[in-house]
Amino acid sequence: MTDATQTRPAPDRHVPDRLNSRAARIFKSWEALLLAVAIAIFVINSFASPYFLSAWNLSDATFNFTEKAMIAFAMALLIISGEIDLSVASIIALASTAMGLALQYGAGTPELVIIGLTVGLLCGAFNGFFVTVLGLPSIVVTIGTMSLFRGISFIILGDDAFRGYPASFSWFGQGYIYWVFTVEMLLFVIIAVIYGILLHKTNFGRAVYAIGNNPTGALFSGIRVARVKFILFLLTGLMSGIAAVCLTSRLGSTRPSIATGMELEVVTMVVLGGVNILGGSGTIPGVVIAAFVMGLVTFGLGLLNVPGIVMSIFIGLLLIGVIALPRLWAMAAERRKP
Amino acid sequence: MTRFIPVRETILAGAILVLLLLIASRFAGFVAPSNLANVFNDTAPLIILALGQMVVILTRCIDLSVAANLALTGMAVAMINVTMPGLPIPVIIAIAILLGAIMGAINGVLVWKLAIPPIVVTLGTMTIFRGIIFLISDGKWVNSHEMSPAFTAFPRMELLGLPVLSWTAIITIALFGIMMARTQFGRSIFAVGGNPHAAVYTGINVGKTQFWAFVVSGALAGLTGYLWVSRFAVAYVDIAGGFELEVVAACVIGGISIAGGVGSVGGAVLGAIFLGVVKNALPVVNISPFWQLAISGSAILIAVAFNARAGRTKGRIILKSAEATQ
Amino acid sequence: MSTRPAPAISPDVSPMVSMDMITKTFPGVKALDQVKLDLYAGQVTALVGENGAGKSTTVKILTGIYQPNGGTIRIDGDPIAFASPNDAAKAGITAIHQETVLFDELSVAENIFIGHAPRTRFGLIDTAQMHRNAAKLLADIGAPFSSHTQLRDLGIANKHLVAIARALSVDARVVIMDEPTAALSHKEIEELYELVETLKSQGKAILFISHKFDEIFRIADRYTVFRDGAFVGDGKIDDISEGDLVTMMVGRSVDQIFPQSDHAIGDEVLKVVGYEHPTEFADINFTLNKGEILGFYGLVGAGRSELMQALFGITKPSKGVCRVNGDIKVIRSPADAVSNGIVYVPEDRGKQGAIIGLPIFQNITLPSLGKTSKSGFLKLAEEFKLAREYSQRLDLRAAALDQDVGNLSGGNQQKVVIAKWLATQPQVIILDEPTKGIDIGSKAAVHEFMSELAAQGLSVIMVSSEIPEIIGMSDRVIVMRDGRIAAELSKDELTPETLVRHAAGITTDGAAA
Repeated sequence: MTDATQTRPAPDRHVPDRLNSRAARIFKSWEALLLAVAIAIFVINSFASPYFLSAWNLSDATFNFTEKAMIAFAMALLIISGEIDLSVASIIALASTAMGLALQYGAGTPELVIIGLTVGLLCGAFNGFFVTVLGLPSIVVTIGTMSLFRGISFIILGDDAFRGYPASFSWFGQGYIYWVFTVEMLLFVIIAVIYGILLHKTNFGRAVYAIGNNPTGALFSGIRVARVKFILFLLTGLMSGIAAVCLTSRLGSTRPSIATGMELEVVTMVVLGGVNILGGSGTIPGVVIAAFVMGLVTFGLGLLNVPGIVMSIFIGLLLIGVIALPRLWAMAAERRKP
Repeated sequence: MTRFIPVRETILAGAILVLLLLIASRFAGFVAPSNLANVFNDTAPLIILALGQMVVILTRCIDLSVAANLALTGMAVAMINVTMPGLPIPVIIAIAILLGAIMGAINGVLVWKLAIPPIVVTLGTMTIFRGIIFLISDGKWVNSHEMSPAFTAFPRMELLGLPVLSWTAIITIALFGIMMARTQFGRSIFAVGGNPHAAVYTGINVGKTQFWAFVVSGALAGLTGYLWVSRFAVAYVDIAGGFELEVVAACVIGGISIAGGVGSVGGAVLGAIFLGVVKNALPVVNISPFWQLAISGSAILIAVAFNARAGRTKGRIILKSAEATQ
Repeated sequence: MSTRPAPAISPDVSPMVSMDMITKTFPGVKALDQVKLDLYAGQVTALVGENGAGKSTTVKILTGIYQPNGGTIRIDGDPIAFASPNDAAKAGITAIHQETVLFDELSVAENIFIGHAPRTRFGLIDTAQMHRNAAKLLADIGAPFSSHTQLRDLGIANKHLVAIARALSVDARVVIMDEPTAALSHKEIEELYELVETLKSQGKAILFISHKFDEIFRIADRYTVFRDGAFVGDGKIDDISEGDLVTMMVGRSVDQIFPQSDHAIGDEVLKVVGYEHPTEFADINFTLNKGEILGFYGLVGAGRSELMQALFGITKPSKGVCRVNGDIKVIRSPADAVSNGIVYVPEDRGKQGAIIGLPIFQNITLPSLGKTSKSGFLKLAEEFKLAREYSQRLDLRAAALDQDVGNLSGGNQQKVVIAKWLATQPQVIILDEPTKGIDIGSKAAVHEFMSELAAQGLSVIMVSSEIPEIIGMSDRVIVMRDGRIAAELSKDELTPETLVRHAAGITTDGAAA
């Protein structure tokens, strides 16, 4: 940590802008390591199964992660700012239920989309209110709203399901833009770019990092901490709404149990992408690569007829391993020192 | 200046009482002693797990792997019972507790020695434990006819009018009452969560205390694993799916602060009983059981908002920065 | 538990505890440099020094929290090393820390006995015995509350009594009292003095840390003075006058090291009328002029930082008006303060000042992003330009501007915080203990820079507990005591004695005892 401290005061009092070249920093980064892992998985998979290297199969495989990744981008910002939202999967359930309900009253595709996104935003605002206005810990609040949002879906739907979405609605989750490229893939790319710019290229993104590193310090630097956090909850709600549209469109039906457990996969994706669960650091490219890693692992193991539940072991090990290994490494290095 | 802990518990107990009275006003049968005993028995696993979770949360951690631990242990002892039907029940229970404790210890070591945030650790082990159930069971169910009669009969066995399952919860409550109030470990848990900085000054090892908290939580999850599987006479991959959130909910409703250091055995038990009463009352009062999730979610939000208001520190907050004199 | 050793040793023979050549370094800072400290049985030794002199570090070494890098600690002449707080406790050393070392959620008795509670035959905590013992200890020190009380229900003064009872509950030979009277009322202080006498008569060695000279002369038998982490001198309290002790503590002649600048003082910039806070301060009125350095002096806990944080919008005053350039401004948040040209360099650099996980240039531009960006989008080149400009003005020593602030020394971190605010081109800069815990070289740079700023027309408020700094830098000084303004002194009225007297509330000359 302290190797590069203020060792030599340069005679001309000139402090260079950058210590390492950009290339060197990228090479040494978490994202580079993750990318290597992703490529390795890709290569192993292509040897392990003859069906892997098929454009249509790979295209199908993207459904494993596109919806989760949309939420993961917003979640990444939220976690970087030091908060978390465990209610995202329940927001999907509620938004999807609301769309199904609207369908019963004859809503068309545009109305359905608007309703899905609005419910997502409202749920995000609800979480944001409890966290930023009442000052409650986000983990507890969102564990509560996780039950509440999905609970409302259960109250409305019970054992039933909403079906019969219009054909035009299925475009979002089943449509193709060109050849094997799906609508969801396009959305994934657009959203990734937007969040990448938001986090890395705007004042807002800088504020998110500052808050996550040191909320007090950020407040003392004149940043409106509560406002930024509220917006992040709104964004996470909105992305859950978008994911709800895609997922509902893809499945063609709404059940209250839709997307159960997805919040954990989203958080796993974010943490795997190198975002510090305690806040303060992480990048959107990291989350993008993590999305591919998780998608490739799931898809590759699926081709080998490994059941989904066993894949989760890999995901769990990956989650703990990626954090544990660097620390074990550092501890070993510490021990080797005299 | 009021004392908040007793107030918090009294209010919760009052809320449960009012709930019972409301139900009783229309369905007197619900508050019949035999039915209340049933409700308690049904809530027993939640109570036991909430107590384990309480210890973990008090030390500023969280254990999301309890339900997966429960399911894995349950499957393991069920399979042991199938292969060795003659193994006496006390041995089965000992194995269950031990297995659970080992899984808790894995969580604990990762938190203590590698300083990985507890939520990440237990999120990971939760999926790993579930996956292992599939691996050992091959995704198959262990059904009641495969289990030995003694294995399934144990939790239903009646002693002094109550089933063993209820007694297990009662004994756990009593043991925890003693442990939290009367042992060095119990007091250390409060100290570590309440003021880790000061705990170091008094010679308490924070990481080690957290480790043992996870072991306790894991051991109880293991014990509950056997009780659950034997009571329902079935073991499969998804048993108690999502139950970890109900356990955390019981703690939050019971006034255990997620920030650590604040909470009590009585609170955790009452929080679990509140959820148990709601769950059992819904079918009785003719409300769809689908309301349960939303009710417990609202209860969490109300409880956390209420507790935060009550706990808001009075005056001279900023002066505390004077602590940092060098 | 409460057995007490007989007072056997006669004073002045040989020290019970002696610290010799103790050195303690932290990354970038030498907190203690070969210091010496002797404690004698049945005597009170006062450890005297300014903030940053190394007193707290010494306490932490004696109680086993820190391990020294060099030197020896001897107890009764035998060398001893403490690997942990437990070791120090076993050796009979106990400390009465500030209230923060207690546990709000536990009862008074549990706080007193945590770690060494009496046990029953079954190994459980014997609560009945514990409460009996606690009640006896509390009665001994005249505490007006029960051992069953929840600690969170006690006020600060009573919490302090719990800390004292805890110290007495272990079979201690050495009792360390770290600013024990900081939060106590007059009556409670008298009771504490009686307690100290009792402890003395029991033959315990007492280390007493205090900023208040009256109480040092009242109860101490010996003194030891540290300055900037080094030993300055020690001796019997009867052999020294208050003035000499102040000189030893403050050291160097005051006006030699401070930059002398003749900055012109202009019109009124800031006027605070009737500021009041429910718990922290009351009846605050002052003005600040263009190009002026206004010093705020007082003891720790006098309410200076709290007042500054209210001016900066962190807390809200319950009453009072703040005028900037004559206009009434309502400041509800730091963002409001910054937009009105008021900025604040906090005392707690790590927590409130710098964002240590972010690079230097991002720290510097954080409040000025509106200027370095275009419609919300960052412009890195502009950011580096601004950061370069201000890091050069402050003579920042760093490897590169994209280095994390956490890797810098305290002095350079402070420069980053100041640079961050100067880049916003403020009217009023509030510096809270600007040179606390930073090395001499950086101190001089900060001082020089401060007077440069004033010369350029910036108005500076400097909160400081260091007398030479206050005297050397300020054009005018406000002394605060117990949340109120105790005195306003012009430059020619400034002497160490006057400052100490107003801050501590001593009325007559010198004769505090």
